[in-house]
Amino acid sequence: MALSASQLKVGDTHEEKVVENLTRTQIVQYAGASGDYNPIHTDEVYTTQVAGYPSVFAHGMLSMGMTGMMLTNYVGDGRLTKFGVRFTRQVWPGDSLTAKATVDAVREEGGQHYVDLAISTVNQDGTEVVSGYATARVDP
Amino acid sequence: MAIEKFPVEASHILMFARAIGDTNRIYADDEYAQSTEPGSVIAPPTFVQASAQFDPDYRLRPKAGEAWFGSGKEPTGVQQTSSVGGGGLHAEQHYEYHRHPKPGDVLTATVKPGETWEKQGRRSGKLIFSETITEYRDQHGELVVTARGVGVRTERPVDQT
Repeated sequence: MALSASQLKVGDTHEEKVVENLTRTQIVQYAGASGDYNPIHTDEVYTTQVAGYPSVFAHGMLSMGMTGMMLTNYVGDGRLTKFGVRFTRQVWPGDSLTAKATVDAVREEGGQHYVDLAISTVNQDGTEVVSGYATARVDP
Repeated sequence: MAIEKFPVEASHILMFARAIGDTNRIYADDEYAQSTEPGSVIAPPTFVQASAQFDPDYRLRPKAGEAWFGSGKEPTGVQQTSSVGGGGLHAEQHYEYHRHPKPGDVLTATVKPGETWEKQGRRSGKLIFSETITEYRDQHGELVVTARGVGVRTERPVDQT
């Protein structure tokens, strides 16, 4: 279901819990699907003894992928025209993430309506792990 | 770096959607997808990252007959020659969608380097950022997705305190 420009207001928000207690297995699953087999995401021995981190951690792109799920659930399938993020903190096994979109602007360009969104994904402590923006086509 | 052939396949989209925990049927059920606005299965917004699978030189995939830097008998399979302690992390990723890829597309990717810059990090020492711009085009030469990624090399592992 697509959004309507006429029903959107600046400041409107949409929020979803996108993962609860992130498992190492889901990180492995993401490595397999994406093809990014960097051992810092899946190999506890390498990560703790060689890379110097307390444990494996999620691919930034897994956090962005989960954030994107919130976005497509909100704006509808095939509606995104832009999506960009900064990875502000690492995401660890056991983390639970909540992704939120806030309406920044509703505008019209060349007869097409768009919504601009600010994106923020936080962990269970309220610390932001992903910060970004998106634009989607919306109905009039 | 370039990817000559990135075939977008339904089973790959299904596996990718499962990995990000997305149960939207548009990624899994062709019959359902036909009833949606896009009219077919489409790829989730971050799917083009999986083009790494089709990059013959991709550094972060073990290759037959070559030493791998992850653990086996020892914590790492290669001698650490670099004094850089932190290694590489992903700092930013930006996508512009001209349309959304779907099964049957055969994409190519051309990658060009963007800017590089340095910054002093509070939690990880000197940070060296480098940008790449990737253009994904379809079998007709039409631009499908433009991606801009920023990687960062840290002087030491990111402090967690």
